[in-house]
Amino acid sequence: MSSYDTIIIGAGLSGLAAGIRLAHYDRRVCILERHTTIGGLNSFYRLGGRNYDVGLHAVTNYTPKGARKGPLARLLRQLRFRWEDFALVPQIGSQIAFPGISLNFTNDFELFRSEVHQAFPSERANFDKLSAAIMDYDDLDGALASQSARSIVGGWIRDPLLIDMLFCPLQYYGGAREHDMDFGQFSIMFRSIFQEGFARPWSGIRQILKNLVRRFKELGGELRLRAGVQRMEVDDDRVSRIVLDDGSEITADRVLSSAGLVETLAMVDRQPARTPQPGQLSFVEGIAVLNEQPQNLGCDRSVIFFNDSDKFRWQKPEEFVDVASGVVCLPSNFKFDRPLEDPMVRVTALANYDQWRSLPPADYQAAKQAAYDRIMNVVGRFIPEYRTRTVASDMFTPMTVERFTGHANGAIYGSPEKRKHGTTHLKNLFLCGTDQGFVGIIGAMFSGIMIANRHVLGTVSNDSVTTDLEQVAAAGVDF
Amino acid sequence: MGPAEIKETILDILEGIAPDEDLSGLKDDVPLREQLELDSMDFLDIVMELRKRYRVQIPEDDYLELATMNSTVNYLTPLMKDLEKV
Repeated sequence: MSSYDTIIIGAGLSGLAAGIRLAHYDRRVCILERHTTIGGLNSFYRLGGRNYDVGLHAVTNYTPKGARKGPLARLLRQLRFRWEDFALVPQIGSQIAFPGISLNFTNDFELFRSEVHQAFPSERANFDKLSAAIMDYDDLDGALASQSARSIVGGWIRDPLLIDMLFCPLQYYGGAREHDMDFGQFSIMFRSIFQEGFARPWSGIRQILKNLVRRFKELGGELRLRAGVQRMEVDDDRVSRIVLDDGSEITADRVLSSAGLVETLAMVDRQPARTPQPGQLSFVEGIAVLNEQPQNLGCDRSVIFFNDSDKFRWQKPEEFVDVASGVVCLPSNFKFDRPLEDPMVRVTALANYDQWRSLPPADYQAAKQAAYDRIMNVVGRFIPEYRTRTVASDMFTPMTVERFTGHANGAIYGSPEKRKHGTTHLKNLFLCGTDQGFVGIIGAMFSGIMIANRHVLGTVSNDSVTTDLEQVAAAGVDF
Repeated sequence: MGPAEIKETILDILEGIAPDEDLSGLKDDVPLREQLELDSMDFLDIVMELRKRYRVQIPEDDYLELATMNSTVNYLTPLMKDLEKV
């Protein structure tokens, strides 16, 4: 039976980043991945001779080369990467489009500020106060962090339309909970989207994943694909044995799981006193490959967050899909020095997992086609001739998410319940990734780093570094 | 190793942690935190790198000794005098 210092469940961004930290400090570490490839919620695939990203719209938290502050700079130092390794190219510009009003933003926060000032003259001082408070806010364990962002932001800003317009991109890029999020998460996301900004590698998420996996292996880490965890046996408040899908068994001192809170608990023999709730929010995404660059068809926006109803609603829809709001992403519209080989447009919208789940298999393809047609309609507003320009298409539904990532209910952002410190009811089982609570590409990797620092590098040594590392790890949450 | 080699070792560790930084202009008597914007996670990495490479244990109470290059070298000189540079 194989034995490891640490087993990591899931070869996504958080698991790979955690693996690099541990392998760098000579821990015997193995990453177990059920799927046939790496990436998890942010993977990639080939279809019909073209490369696709699974979920990537944009990497948030972008800061330029030379920046020493912010999550990206800290992440690069922790993983020992050069800025160039991720090959991030900044966006051209994005938009929040609501009925009769839109706000543009770029990676220069001043532009967004002037857009808000122009569209909402009476909110100028309020918006400035809010953004200044968020810029300085770094106490994620503080009393404010767990409070309702809707109520705290509502204390600064009066116009409900502006509040909705600020919430829309944040919800779409990381809202695991219906209607609201906590203020700690709001602050992190406001900074990562508006104050830092969007970027993208020319070759998509591959660029980042391939660097991570290469480094992990160079450091001696072991990666096993097609190696799902069937269950974990518990002995005296600890995971004692890991049984894989093929029946083989592994032991490890510690387990870091990126599979999700509910999903990880489903693997262990002994349950906690209270059962956490799985996420309810899932999505569909349509992808149309175009035979022309969107800029030549009249659209230069990188990402468009749209909402067509009076009030922006962030909730599980009744129907298969909710076309009242969504996100249009144009991966070509970043400041690349050469055009993308396959220009695409991606449209994301909220979906109802139960509706998709209850479809008879014979009806699934037709439902998928119908949903595709409905959600892609919005593209016509920005690229009128997109239909005749479409040369290939693809689509994911909540069923696709569940099948390839194992996320319950196809909930991409996981459970509404987050475990910021990564602890569980078992002493040697920890969570990283989606349900630890950091979101986005950089956030996911940071989550793996933080949990590895805090719970493995911090507890292995028998000297006094232990306590300090824990404090430091806690301080590491402060971006 | 002597003070000069210890300084080289620290520079080597810093270069590993922050490969994008130009360390040639680093001032020996100014806090590293100020010059490189290192945070506490980075300082822990310096400690862990020293442990990994040289088995040098630095107790938590002594972390403040790592504030500048000069103070770091002074602090490490007695601890590393019998070690060979790798």
